[in-house]
Amino acid sequence: MSATWRRRLPAIAVGAPVVFVLCWVLFLASGTPAGTAVEEPGEFLVTLLDGVTFAGLMFVVASGFTLIFGLMRTVNMAHGALFLLAAYIAIELQQKMAGKSRNLEPEDVSIASWVVPMLVGAGVAAVLGVVIQQVFLRWNQGQDLRQALITVAISVIVADQLLARFGGLAQRMIWPEAVTHFIEIFGQRYATSRLFMLGVALLVGALLWLWLNKTRMGLVIRAGVDDQAMVRALGINITAVFAVTFFVGALLAGMGGAMGASFAGVAPGADGQWLLNSLVVVIIGGLGSIKGAAAGSLLYGLVVAFSPAYLPNDYTFYSIILTFALLAVVLAVRPYGLFGRVE
Amino acid sequence: MSSARNDGDSRIALLVVLAVLVALPSFGSEFFVEFVVTRALILGLVASTIVFLSAYGGMVSLAQLLMYGVAGFVIGNCVPEANNKGLKLGLSPWVAVVAALVVTTLVALVLGALSSRTFGIYFLMLTLTYAVIGYYVFGQVATISGFGGITGLDPVSVFDGPVRLYYIALALSVLAFIGFRMVRRTPFGVALEGVRDDPVRMASLGFHVPLHRAMAFTLAGFVAAVAGVLNVWWNGQIDPNTVSIGATIDLLIVAVIGGIGRLEGAWLGALVYVAANNYLRDLPFADSVGLTEARFNTVVGLVVLAIVVLSPEGLTGLIDRARSGAKRRPVISSGGSSAPPDSAVHTSVPNTS
Repeated sequence: MSATWRRRLPAIAVGAPVVFVLCWVLFLASGTPAGTAVEEPGEFLVTLLDGVTFAGLMFVVASGFTLIFGLMRTVNMAHGALFLLAAYIAIELQQKMAGKSRNLEPEDVSIASWVVPMLVGAGVAAVLGVVIQQVFLRWNQGQDLRQALITVAISVIVADQLLARFGGLAQRMIWPEAVTHFIEIFGQRYATSRLFMLGVALLVGALLWLWLNKTRMGLVIRAGVDDQAMVRALGINITAVFAVTFFVGALLAGMGGAMGASFAGVAPGADGQWLLNSLVVVIIGGLGSIKGAAAGSLLYGLVVAFSPAYLPNDYTFYSIILTFALLAVVLAVRPYGLFGRVE
Repeated sequence: MSSARNDGDSRIALLVVLAVLVALPSFGSEFFVEFVVTRALILGLVASTIVFLSAYGGMVSLAQLLMYGVAGFVIGNCVPEANNKGLKLGLSPWVAVVAALVVTTLVALVLGALSSRTFGIYFLMLTLTYAVIGYYVFGQVATISGFGGITGLDPVSVFDGPVRLYYIALALSVLAFIGFRMVRRTPFGVALEGVRDDPVRMASLGFHVPLHRAMAFTLAGFVAAVAGVLNVWWNGQIDPNTVSIGATIDLLIVAVIGGIGRLEGAWLGALVYVAANNYLRDLPFADSVGLTEARFNTVVGLVVLAIVVLSPEGLTGLIDRARSGAKRRPVISSGGSSAPPDSAVHTSVPNTS
């Protein structure tokens, strides 16, 4: 009897809060900014979309982080710095392409003058990532703490140089005009740019899936995640695969940077914030798992979107505590995250 | 034999340093005592909890500055003379100190229990997440602080005044240093080192591995809380920036500069860090190579990068290496009969315990 209870405990620990949250959002949340979902379906749908679109952005950033960790066991603490670097480069290039640096409006921005800066910014971040990997990380493979400290030092230097070069004010990238509209959802206006962001994230996710599952290199990477020594023994040049993986991981951070700069703007400190977002996502989802990054972003994105909208009116600023509660529940049930593996 | 002599040497060196520190207020400038050494002692005290957890428990924690901040915020919410922020519980200052230590220790217990089953780099990331979430909790929850923080916090009257604060910081640092070293000799400390080296074997020997890790984290949280109380007294205020991600990384940097394997490295790293922060701009050549105060972080980043790449044991590792190098030469010149070269090499291996 008691053994059965013990086995069911994790399911109860997860199930009870989930049921409570569902009931709360659907029927009980009348004293909250959003109101109950039954009475205010528009508010509910908008909050849901907010959560899912933000999750898309987080997936792009966090999948790069988890890809690098999964193969190389390197925790890249400079991931946020690469994000910020790409964001600043993309903003500057967009202003050059649009021909003006102040009061840039969506009318000035074509699709190309959003996509090209994003790719260039992400490319610079990717090249810097490979340089970091080749110069500082290649020769101490396996010393995970030392690698983390090295990337911490690099992130401090990069952040300080970015502050010197781009100043302390918040800057933002502008979405192209073609996607800057509003649609109606149950009487609520919703910005199509957020849906565009979700689309880009889904495209990135699909390409990543194709690369990892349908190409030879993806095969090698997945094999390397499982058993690096065996891949090496089969005569595969895994050092080159490491460099490519770091390139892609940093590229994803950079693409996320340009998307984040368009979505909410960037300022000094955004690097730490996005490092945190990546960490929370991969801790929830499980380090090294792309599936985990998707699940973690979705859960975290939904909590971030729903908690300020559905907490009682006077308590909305406690929403950050719910993020912690999510983390605590996941860790209590699965210490290595939803899709993580015990080493 | 040579390692026993080394131990005696370091004890003498530590006593000399202590004597100098005790006498410091009589010959050092007021600024140096209050803003450099006192600050370094407080920072060293909290950094020593990182070193303790890392060296004895194999856990690199980034949540120690959060513990230090939690203690500060508890004081800010308890004492009556704080400005109009916080809960203003109006407790007497000593009760506030006790409350700060108790609350922080409990927070450390909960966070330690939550993370006690995660190891290695995973533990580092989890504690970093605690730290950043803590920053946002204090920033966003306006009833306990808000981003502006709480100002107007004076020390308990017994410790008011820079020199008194200096001595209490010194006394508590010495106490923590001796205390951590004594913990290592207790059955708990020995088991903790076992857990660090081989958790699976310890578990199969019947030790409760997560419990030992959680307890070590709680103890470190308590010491960090002591440092946090001192920090509030020294600073006169507390705000979320005290526990921001940047400050958290800075504290890790302090521990790394000193050498993350040795307790005394925490205070050494803190002194170097604080001194660099205060005096870097005064160096004669600084301006000509673009080393302005504003680019302090770049300099710190480069220094840390150099340390991690060249000497992962930090400054204490460099000192050890220099000392064993100096000892080695006479040994070899005397024909190598008194000690095999191996033992000289052995002393240069960082003492991770």
